[in-house]
Amino acid sequence: MEGNLCNSRPIDTEERLKELMADKGGAEYYKQMESLDVDPAKVMDIINSSMTSKIKTWLNNCAHCGMCARACHFWLTSDKDATQIPSYKIQSTLGEIIRRKGHVDAKFMMDAMDTAWGKCTCCNRCGVYCPLGIDTGVMMSYFRGVLFKLGFIPWEMKIGSGMHRVYHAQMDVTEEDFVDTCDWMAEESAEEWPGLTIPVDKENADIMYILNAREVKHYPNDIAETAILFHIAGENWTVPSSGWENTSLTMFAGDWEGCKMNTQRIYDAIKRLNPKSVVGTECGHAHRATVVEGPYWCGQESGDPPVPFYHYVEWVAHALREGKLKIDPAKKLKGPVTLQDSCNYVRNHGLGKYTREIMSYICEDFRDMTPSGDHNFCCGGGGGLNGIGRYRQWRNVSLKNKLDQIQNTGADLVVAPCHNCWDAIRDMFEVYEIKTIKWSFLKPLLISMVEIPDNIEHVTE
Amino acid sequence: MSSLQQAISFLSGTGMLIALAVFVLGCLFHVIRYIGGLDAKKDRVAYGYHADRSVPGIFASIFKWLLPCATAGWRSAPLTTFIFFCMHAGCVLVPLFVAGHVVLLKSALGIEAGLPMLPLAVADVLAAVTIAGVLICAVRRLVSPFQKALTSGADWLILFLTGAPFVSGFLVRVCCPDSAELMLVHLVCGNLFLLLAPFTKLSHIVLFFMSRAQLGMEYAIKRGGQTRGGVFDW
Ligand code: SF4
Ligand code: SF4
Ligand code: SF4
Repeated sequence: MEGNLCNSRPIDTEERLKELMADKGGAEYYKQMESLDVDPAKVMDIINSSMTSKIKTWLNNCAHCGMCARACHFWLTSDKDATQIPSYKIQSTLGEIIRRKGHVDAKFMMDAMDTAWGKCTCCNRCGVYCPLGIDTGVMMSYFRGVLFKLGFIPWEMKIGSGMHRVYHAQMDVTEEDFVDTCDWMAEESAEEWPGLTIPVDKENADIMYILNAREVKHYPNDIAETAILFHIAGENWTVPSSGWENTSLTMFAGDWEGCKMNTQRIYDAIKRLNPKSVVGTECGHAHRATVVEGPYWCGQESGDPPVPFYHYVEWVAHALREGKLKIDPAKKLKGPVTLQDSCNYVRNHGLGKYTREIMSYICEDFRDMTPSGDHNFCCGGGGGLNGIGRYRQWRNVSLKNKLDQIQNTGADLVVAPCHNCWDAIRDMFEVYEIKTIKWSFLKPLLISMVEIPDNIEHVTE
Repeated sequence: MSSLQQAISFLSGTGMLIALAVFVLGCLFHVIRYIGGLDAKKDRVAYGYHADRSVPGIFASIFKWLLPCATAGWRSAPLTTFIFFCMHAGCVLVPLFVAGHVVLLKSALGIEAGLPMLPLAVADVLAAVTIAGVLICAVRRLVSPFQKALTSGADWLILFLTGAPFVSGFLVRVCCPDSAELMLVHLVCGNLFLLLAPFTKLSHIVLFFMSRAQLGMEYAIKRGGQTRGGVFDW
């Protein structure tokens, strides 16, 4: 039975979104989920029309050797719980549904949902450790799409997808709110940095900058920092009034249609403003959604976005290398520093060399984690897990793996150019009561140590 | 000719050729079905583009995994890796190059040319190692909490299909070279392996190459192939 809160229809009106949000913690939502119908024909229809030989082969050919277990931070922190082996997670859910030809009940589907969102962050690390090249992360994110269509998705994910559909952003930040915030930040920053502007909808700029609604709503200062750094670097940049939201909770939610809508808005802004390139903020999954997966959702045959697209770390690395930004040697970080690379931009987009290049400019004692780069572990809260109350305890356990990794470096600062990782690190330090290690995005660090060129006016009281 | 002898001559002649044909065609079918079943849009991999990156990506993804210790994955599980490689070395080399098989193949296919053969002692050692490998795998599937949770009937089937021809062949070779009964068992097992491989998880004989190529392509085409500089560091 389809409930008024829990059903297989995506949220696309503000009214329904508000109604769902009013159900605190999703108590009624999950209760309704227990009586959601599972129509075997519909299940198999969704699977048969979307699954190709790639995933079929991955599912059927798994040797059940368990080599993927050690690759997964959930298994590593689970005291060897077999149900946390990547292969087990996908075989007992998607695999089992196919074996039973869709004849499963709501209880089964809810367990499957708990596995898909509560036991996997889609970090893709297990695929790198499987001899057969079976990527459970890819399969899990595919499976989330199947669950989404059937209505079995965590409350927060349903809301997240609804936010994107209703507000075109992951939070209730409208296009007007965004432009107002940019104006506000430009005005405030211009007092200290005369001449600084945040140009909205400027055509033919070198850079179109896109960001995360959280920055607009909760950390507007991040926008000011962006503007200051672009200003100092002398960049010709702009923000689009529409298509500025780079993140995609729809991707975490498995809302395939919604994913396309997000990315298309950004690509439309490119068409409208004709920038030479696009730079996205310090966010891992946003980069993946727009640059790695997005081109496919929007029908780009070559798999490439319409213009060169850079993650913020790529822009920073270029700016430092080309001398657009210069670091004051006296202000470099002296203490031990480590780096949390987001799997979404490192393993899934190969940007590890850029972040290391940045570290070589900004700190004197860089201590990489082990393992690192393409083999880095997920922070423990990725794939939407950070935001889902139902799995809070599970996530807190999985954070321990990253905490150990961080502590083993001996660093007292973690640089995390990803919102999700940043949150997870903040939370792990709170949960495990670590008070001696700090964490930061790149922007505030850069501002604190960048040299101000002579042609840039800086007013300090 | 006794019916026993008749069966032996059939299974080492026409029967074997039929089984071989099923094996080869079945493997080929898997490859064709795999490639034909891909969809660039649904898979979100632009298979037809960026060959300059995807070809090296495919090769690295396959060949690095064919060498023990060449990948972080193999290094992360030394014991499993050791067993895995010992077992697979025997599985690949013995059936193809053991002297008895070479002779059989030559006569069945009417080939005159000399084919490479394994020295008997080497073949014996490889076979023994493979049998040990199969046994260890079986024991691990029974006792390791890890593998117990994952193992299904299909895994037992392929262990049996692999182990049976090796055990029977080894017995024929080492203790009862004259036992026609044992020879028949060996031939039945060997042919069964060939016949059933395409229909069981033994299809990984070819699908291993497909799924490894797949991930190699994914990393080369979309997941950082352009930015990483070089192939993925497995
Ligand atoms: S490592 Fe690969 S083959 Fe082995 S159990 Fe995991 S997914 Fe299956
Ligand atoms: S994708 Fe990451 S979180 Fe998910 S099963 Fe694999 S290693 Fe674990
Ligand atoms: S939160 Fe960060 S580390 Fe975790 S999966 Fe996402 S990007 Fe990776």
